[in-house]
Amino acid sequence: MNFLPLWRYQNQLIDGAIVTLELTVIAAIAGLLIGIAGAVALKGRIAPLRWLVRGYIELFRNTPSLIQIFIVFFVLPTFGLKIPAFQAACVALSLYFGAYSVEIIRAGLDSIPRNQVEAGQCLGLSGWQVFRHIVLPPALRNAYPAVTSQFVLLLLGTSLASQVATDELFHVAGFIESRTYRSFEVYAVICVVYFAMAMSFKALFAIIGAMAFRWPRRR
Amino acid sequence: MRSFSLIDFISLVEALRWTVALVVLALVFGAPLALGLAMGRISRFAGLRWTMAGLIQTIQSVPLLGLLFFFYFGMPVFLGIQVPAIIAVTVAYTLYTAAFLGEIWRGGLEAVKQAQWEAGACLGLSAWQQFRHIIAPQALRLSLPPTVGFLVQLIKGTSLASILGFVELARAGQVVSAATFQPLLTYALVAAIYFALCLPLTLWSRSLEARLDGSR
Repeated sequence: MNFLPLWRYQNQLIDGAIVTLELTVIAAIAGLLIGIAGAVALKGRIAPLRWLVRGYIELFRNTPSLIQIFIVFFVLPTFGLKIPAFQAACVALSLYFGAYSVEIIRAGLDSIPRNQVEAGQCLGLSGWQVFRHIVLPPALRNAYPAVTSQFVLLLLGTSLASQVATDELFHVAGFIESRTYRSFEVYAVICVVYFAMAMSFKALFAIIGAMAFRWPRRR
Repeated sequence: MRSFSLIDFISLVEALRWTVALVVLALVFGAPLALGLAMGRISRFAGLRWTMAGLIQTIQSVPLLGLLFFFYFGMPVFLGIQVPAIIAVTVAYTLYTAAFLGEIWRGGLEAVKQAQWEAGACLGLSAWQQFRHIIAPQALRLSLPPTVGFLVQLIKGTSLASILGFVELARAGQVVSAATFQPLLTYALVAAIYFALCLPLTLWSRSLEARLDGSR
């Protein structure tokens, strides 16, 4: 066991980690936007749109993320739509994260009892005010844990982007391994880096959660 | 280059055996370990609780791909022995399964009220009898929907074994796609097969959950 040969690759490792974080943040933001739009559509009155969203959710939640990345990267070029690996991974991961986000956000909105909305209407609040002051805060609090754990899974899932040669952290690992032949050390280090990133995000989310959702709970 | 034919379809379906085999192996070895982790997590001994929690946290904070590569490429070098691919892959999936199922089942065990343990103790049952006859059956019912949900996660996860050259469904898809130059058809078919495997489980999990909701 000798970790020293890896030391000179620290810049590549840092660059890889940055690309991993970029992928994660882009896919998370795009996915959440998809999630909000999807949840609104599911709550809406247009039936075909609801079916479309349901179909999207089931399709993306019941097929492997890896295959989705392959389809975006290898299949779209046959239609003349050639996109670079990083963008392809972003699209595929966003759609994957989006499918989970719709369900999480919908569940968050559904967790608000109907009579609370009615109580707000009785107080003469407008539709927007009811949503903003009565539905949204508790819905956010209820959805928050699920969103954050899904975010960590997304962070770990970005490692699949290495399979279409996105130069994120896991791809860097393969590169270093091919140079040093130190498989054990390389993958041990990579796992530790992912672990550190995942733990940092969990800690960050716990702090944010504790600060953002500390209004009095019912006792 | 040749066109996509029946033989390609057959090779995909044949490769499905390995997908199923990986899932079965992961469950056979992972489930008992998960039960141990879950029981350790609710143990009276703080040291054991913390160790198990740390173990689960660690495995859940590392990508599955990382686990696979570590045990497939890293471990044999470290140990200085040849490890058959199937064993390395099984170890990785076992740990993955144990960590996630362990956490799901812990949730189920903790959801059963403390008073149930006490009631068992009052009836003169031993700790094991309380667990076996009172807590476990209730916890099982509660944790069945997420367990089935995890099964979907596991089936999708076996696609990562393709990266190590393991010829399961996803890998067979790559091979066929390369041979026929028909990525659209091939990957759509592969996705459809995964979908056909996973959707029934997802629907089952949902109906279990709905039934549970009604009984509360």
